[in-house]
Amino acid sequence: MTRDTQQRLGVGERMEELPLTVQSSRRAVVAQLQGRALAANAGTALNLDWVDSVRVNTSAVERRAATLIARRTVKKDWQIAWLLRAITCMDLTTLSGDDTEERVRRLCAKAAHPVSDAVKATLGIQELPIQVAAVCVYHLFVETARRALQGTQVRVAAVSTGFPAGLNALADRIAEIRRSVEAGADEIDVVITRAHVFAAQWQRLYEEVAAFKEACGTAHCKVILGTGDLATLRNVARASLVAMMAGADFIKTSTGKETVNATLPVGLVMTRAIREYCERTGMAVGCKPAGGIRTARQSLDWLALMKEELGQSWLEPHLFRIGASSMLGDIERQLEFHGSGRYSASYHHPLA
Amino acid sequence: MPNTSVAEKFRSMDYGAAPEDPLESLAWLDRFKRRFGHFIGGKWSVPSQGRYFETHDPSTGDKIADVAQGSAADVNAAVRAARAALPRWQGLTAHARARLLYALARQVQKHSRRLAVLETLDNGKPIRESRDIDIPLVARHFYYHAGWATLLASEFPGHQACGVVGQIIPWNFPLLMVAWKIAPALAAGNTVVLKPAEFTPVTALAFAELCNEVGLPPGVVNIVTGDGSTGEALVAHPDVDKIAFTGSTEVGRAIRRATADSHKKLSLELGGKSPFVVFEDADLDSAVEGLVDGIWLNQGQVCCAGSRLLMQESIAVALTKKLQARMAALRVGAPLDKTSDIGAIVARVQLERIESLVAQGVAEGASCWQPDVPLPSRGLYYRPTLFTNVHPTSVVAQTEIFGPVLAAMTFRTPAEAVELANNTAYGLAASVWSESVNIALQVAAQIKAGVVWVNSTNMFDAACGFGGYRESGFGREGGREGLREYLQPGWLRTRPPLRRRAAGGRRGAQAVEATKLIDRTVKLYIGGKQVRPDSGYSLECRSRSGVLLGETPLGNRKDIRNAVEAARRAQQWGSSSTHNRAQVLYYVAENLAQRGKEIAARLAVVVGRKQALEELRLSVGRLFAYAAWADKYEGVVHSPPFRNISVAMNEALGTVGVICPAEAPLLGFLSLVLPLVAAGNCVVAVPSALYPLVAGDLYQVFETSDVPGGVINMVTGRPAELLNVLAEHDDVDALWCHGEEDLCAAAKRLSAGNLKQVWTNEGRRINYFNVREGEGRWYLEHAFQVKNIWVPYGE
Repeated sequence: MTRDTQQRLGVGERMEELPLTVQSSRRAVVAQLQGRALAANAGTALNLDWVDSVRVNTSAVERRAATLIARRTVKKDWQIAWLLRAITCMDLTTLSGDDTEERVRRLCAKAAHPVSDAVKATLGIQELPIQVAAVCVYHLFVETARRALQGTQVRVAAVSTGFPAGLNALADRIAEIRRSVEAGADEIDVVITRAHVFAAQWQRLYEEVAAFKEACGTAHCKVILGTGDLATLRNVARASLVAMMAGADFIKTSTGKETVNATLPVGLVMTRAIREYCERTGMAVGCKPAGGIRTARQSLDWLALMKEELGQSWLEPHLFRIGASSMLGDIERQLEFHGSGRYSASYHHPLA
Repeated sequence: MPNTSVAEKFRSMDYGAAPEDPLESLAWLDRFKRRFGHFIGGKWSVPSQGRYFETHDPSTGDKIADVAQGSAADVNAAVRAARAALPRWQGLTAHARARLLYALARQVQKHSRRLAVLETLDNGKPIRESRDIDIPLVARHFYYHAGWATLLASEFPGHQACGVVGQIIPWNFPLLMVAWKIAPALAAGNTVVLKPAEFTPVTALAFAELCNEVGLPPGVVNIVTGDGSTGEALVAHPDVDKIAFTGSTEVGRAIRRATADSHKKLSLELGGKSPFVVFEDADLDSAVEGLVDGIWLNQGQVCCAGSRLLMQESIAVALTKKLQARMAALRVGAPLDKTSDIGAIVARVQLERIESLVAQGVAEGASCWQPDVPLPSRGLYYRPTLFTNVHPTSVVAQTEIFGPVLAAMTFRTPAEAVELANNTAYGLAASVWSESVNIALQVAAQIKAGVVWVNSTNMFDAACGFGGYRESGFGREGGREGLREYLQPGWLRTRPPLRRRAAGGRRGAQAVEATKLIDRTVKLYIGGKQVRPDSGYSLECRSRSGVLLGETPLGNRKDIRNAVEAARRAQQWGSSSTHNRAQVLYYVAENLAQRGKEIAARLAVVVGRKQALEELRLSVGRLFAYAAWADKYEGVVHSPPFRNISVAMNEALGTVGVICPAEAPLLGFLSLVLPLVAAGNCVVAVPSALYPLVAGDLYQVFETSDVPGGVINMVTGRPAELLNVLAEHDDVDALWCHGEEDLCAAAKRLSAGNLKQVWTNEGRRINYFNVREGEGRWYLEHAFQVKNIWVPYGE
């Protein structure tokens, strides 16, 4: 981390000495929260008092998560609209040991045409620009993806920093980010060192994420918390706050490799942390659940969670993503059903 | 063809309409031609006077059905059917009764959506609630009580059902209240006549059909619909053995008075103004959701709604802001829409009441805030409402509004939170939010409420008792404690009535000549001091043969007042350790035994030597028994199907007035006073009218036995007069009266003011010399009230 960055982020200084709100009123408005305009996240100094004051009641969070999705539902045309929106907020992902360039190109083709023209025609939505938000691949395939997606709005995201464990040497991890950015990645999904959370070494976590953010440059920095590893919701909340203070553009639940991935209670805690951060700093941070999200219904639940807890801005791809690979197929089947009135089979839809 | 509709929705990302289709449920109503008679003896019957009333969908004003208006004759027919069904019902094996309750649970599940839609149509509550909360709890209640039906004999030995039970339920949870009432009653072997609320009779009638479908014997469940007059007829019916009522405190009072002259057992679940206490170390976002579940469940028409928000000053601003943001996201709309958070208010009269109370709040200067959420153009809707700048003196902080209206106040310390929480005539429920187990449990223990939810609210389950302290009523529903309301000791109703004693003696007994003794001045015993009566008069106390034994002070209303104040000051006794209370009782036993001979000798002049010695022997034994019980009458940990610890704690009632039985001056006194004292209560006792001089012996024993002053107070005088003062005293929490029938009736009638719990011998002769009748759990059950504390856990 450069001295400039250190100064900007106020690393090592006590929070009280620094104003919480970013001064840069000139920065573009990226979101609205309860009528208040928010800028993109530029980070703040590390505020340990704030981190310490985090309270999360697990049982109450679980109850809210369970009832929230029972309180909200969308039907008919609304459901079609919401499912289409879910597609546009999707990071279509392949992160397997057997990935190849051809596999990635196939994925990119699907990302650019996630819904077949036939289905779009039956739904009468030909004019809607439906593409996924991004494809998410390993660094090795950034170049491939970038080429395959030329001429589309689909962004290229690379997982980085020793994904999924994130335990490589810090210098290597930062170099990895830089390589992906140079290769043309628009977004970098980085993983935190979970040990910093377990040890409550917030300063170290903050410095780590700040370094990642700096390495990302103009690329969006999506910080994977590894919520399945963090185990407790209190840890999730604290790690969320520190990552945001360090400048994360998105906070993301999981690598998809943990045994427990994106659960709604975790998502609720993260959205509440985002809300609190937005309210106190005037800056917006995105949310990305990833891992274990496979069904159209789940995508609607997550959209409802965003809408209820954060508002309309978080239904847009610049602040909300769903990391998934198989969910798209289920959404396509639902969309075909809405168009034809017949329940659909997966083989009707082109493979990703 | 382009579908602009989808494109537009893709951009707006609104929820849109998501109506539950009511067609199947409407078809069910049509099957009855939308006209319902009473359900009596397993058959639908036409109301005797041929009158029907309409029930409406409050969200549209549309008529749902015509429902029979029950007359006294209809009620009588139903009670007769229930009485006739009793032998057959009780003749079934426990297993057979359990199977039928189980079948009811299954039948409710099989028709769950019909019941949910009917409930929402009739009541106006959102379909999410009827579908996800009410109906699943109904099924759960029958499952749970199928279990009690099985275990009854082994778990409640020596008990029997009350008999025919009259049940009157409110309109806010129509079918759930049917289940809460009927399931335990049937499990305990009673038969029932239930009157649903006038606004919401439909699901009770749908339930009646399920009773027939599962083959419940005719007459075991009878449903009579109607208005308040139907309920009055049921309460007044002489052949009803118990009344269970859920509803307003005002009607509860009327029922208390109306049943006073009968032997009807009574349980009342009444109003509330429940505190919702948020400490600075709470998870504030979760507390806000708690408030959504607390005050905006069922449009706030919930007796245990967390309607008084108490916020620690340090987080008041932050919490209020979060709360307002959350309120703005609440959806008020068609109850059948699956995305409605708040449905319709049950009836116009209720809406008007809410409007009028809110207007009063505004007029008093409280700040009223409502989010700018759209309301449907027709139907009875009310916006979620937050009052700030509220003080304990405000109408909106005191009066049960029974609507979506929250009144917020602040506190500085945990002690002040408790003080404010308890600053109400009610005591139904409370919610306490803190991440500190120390604060949460301390405050939960101190709040006077029958249910306390820690970091949660409005959690219900069949396994956990629900019911109030103070003017929120008495008796519990759910759990082991709830089942007790439908049971009684098997021997009780075999006991003959007490006859009023003629003054003076019956048999010749050896008199002690007064002149042979040094003059003895018995006084009142108040606050640990022997005091002269306010009146300055004394009453003669004579032996059975008419010899003057001495004089006792003529206590009056001021002496009772002083004694109650002394008892209130001594409440620390209730939080002293059970070990300590046991030690004191053992010490009393020791000192009584030491002085036993002389005490028995004096008593013998009145009751005969044999009885006096027996009273003494058993009194010492009874002291040992309650010293033993003091640390052994324990609460239970319930097992509801949630990850939490729900503890049913036995808590002292507070200050208890005791009218002691005349016939056993020493043993009778101790039989009533000891369980109360062992439980941590402070008592104001009126000793035996036959031999009030026993007070003089007893207070000397108490004084030498470390009984703290004010724990046991004794006021002699005319029992009927003193009873009146005790019964009407609002700072007396409960009243025990063992005496003749008219005395018991007066106790019940006059206690309606603050709805104190009254426990009597039903005017029957109880054999205190028999341990089964004179000692043990039956007494202790009435000496405590059960507080259920829910503590969800998990990190």
